Amino acid sequence: MTLGFAATPSPLGPDTKRVVGLSPQVLDRLMPMHLWLDPQGRVMQAGPTIAKMMGGAPALGTRLLDLVEIRSPANIADFTALIAQEGRRLSLALRSASHLPLRGVVSSLPGQGGALLDISLGLSFVRAVAEFDLNQGDFSPCDQTLELLYLYEANTSIAHLSRHLTERLRAARLAAEAQALTDELTGLANRRAMDLELARVLADETAHFALLHLDLDYFKQVNDTHGHAAGDHVLQQVGHILRADLRRGDLAARVGGDEFLIILRNCLSEDGLREVAKRLIAGIEAPVSFEGKLCKLSASIGISTTAGYGTRPTPDEMLADTDMALYRAKNAGRGRFAIHLPKRGDGTLGARDAEVYNAR
Amino acid sequence: MHGMINRALQGFLVAHYGERSWDEIRSIAGIPPEGFEAMLQYDEAQTLACFEAAVTVLHKHPNALLEDIGTYLVTNPALEPLRRLLRFGGPTFLDFLLSLEDLRDRGRLAIPDLDLPRIRVEELDPSSYRIRAQWSLPGIAPILLGGLRAMADDYGALALLRLDGMQPGEECLHVQLLDMTFAEGRQFVLGGVGA
Repeated sequence: MTLGFAATPSPLGPDTKRVVGLSPQVLDRLMPMHLWLDPQGRVMQAGPTIAKMMGGAPALGTRLLDLVEIRSPANIADFTALIAQEGRRLSLALRSASHLPLRGVVSSLPGQGGALLDISLGLSFVRAVAEFDLNQGDFSPCDQTLELLYLYEANTSIAHLSRHLTERLRAARLAAEAQALTDELTGLANRRAMDLELARVLADETAHFALLHLDLDYFKQVNDTHGHAAGDHVLQQVGHILRADLRRGDLAARVGGDEFLIILRNCLSEDGLREVAKRLIAGIEAPVSFEGKLCKLSASIGISTTAGYGTRPTPDEMLADTDMALYRAKNAGRGRFAIHLPKRGDGTLGARDAEVYNAR
Repeated sequence: MHGMINRALQGFLVAHYGERSWDEIRSIAGIPPEGFEAMLQYDEAQTLACFEAAVTVLHKHPNALLEDIGTYLVTNPALEPLRRLLRFGGPTFLDFLLSLEDLRDRGRLAIPDLDLPRIRVEELDPSSYRIRAQWSLPGIAPILLGGLRAMADDYGALALLRLDGMQPGEECLHVQLLDMTFAEGRQFVLGGVGA
């Protein structure tokens, strides 16, 4: 059986009547995924690869449309309708593997030769190669499917590497950011982080909070008598004490050698603030032992709250008021705290700008 | 030099000689602690410095080290994706050998700025071939020697390979095919990576 028939010999050049004869072996080699159909649309020959995809060569004489479902163009009900689509790109699938879309093209043959349907793997080639268990010998050397597979695998590996790089860069950036916002010695926030957070919570008019400015008492003595290592140690202890008192949304920062700023969210009542201040000072006054030596500290705290202002204060205003309150507390002795007093309704200050308390 | 190549060198040194040796080599060669990054470009001098430091620290002959690198690239389980890409070269070892002429273009298909060696394969007789390789760095022939020996094993082929002249600019290998189906070979299924 040979496909087509030989043309009468003619000189080289364009000749639409010239026809080649192809043996089944040649067809199999050039188009391993072809189906050769008789004029009634029954299979006369199936290429080795399409036969493998069908789970074995189809019985000769099987109707094409019993083996293959044409999806596009739509409404191809019989073989005549299919032949009318000659030369167009067809979307199709094997009825035995309808989840793997294929593409094809049909061409009618001269005389009673019938038609050839050539098929290739569609965009589902990766799955199709795996599911049909195809190997290199199943493709024509001219078929680029192998190169597509090669590219697919290469891309997968490279995308993996790119993702790793991106993840490493992100981790490095997060670490750098955390470092830029953290006080290395105590692990608390630093001045920059506090400034950012203070501006942020003040910008949110619904956020109410107290700002505490805490300054250690006798820190210089600890440093001078026991050395800087002891000083660092007590600062770390203060870090622990502050952290223990923080709730979600609160922030404590070391903003100077022995100075700390603390934002306490939704903590506005004088009673509540007095309690917190006393607890913090008591915690800091508990003697700390460092290499056998006892270090004794205390602390003074200045406090202001967002409730103490008629209009939303600026960060600088609030910082100045806690500063002032801290100054009043220090002036009254050590281990004291002072709460900034609101201005009167007419905007003028009362007799005192802060109420000083003894923590003991 | 593409980071992929430097990264392969680093991967080889760590896999074969451990992190401590790598740290020593890295420090002598002046490579930062995080090592090479596969997706970046590096100066060739850094690649050479790394290799020279490895030769010094490990007391190995340069060619022996290069050959081991070639073997590592094909056989290390962590580099299975690379072995698979190489197996796309063809269904038999001879097909693969002949496909080496496409290696450079195949590399570029995967990574456009990857600079792989330019390789010509000359048939001397149906069972002997000369492989001529040109690359920007010296030492490509010993790397290929190790890699091709491992690929012959991978295909289950029996082949004799030897260096066949190393001049600056071109390095050659001689390959004699003895038995294309000598052993079972390792599996290569096209659809093996899954979708």
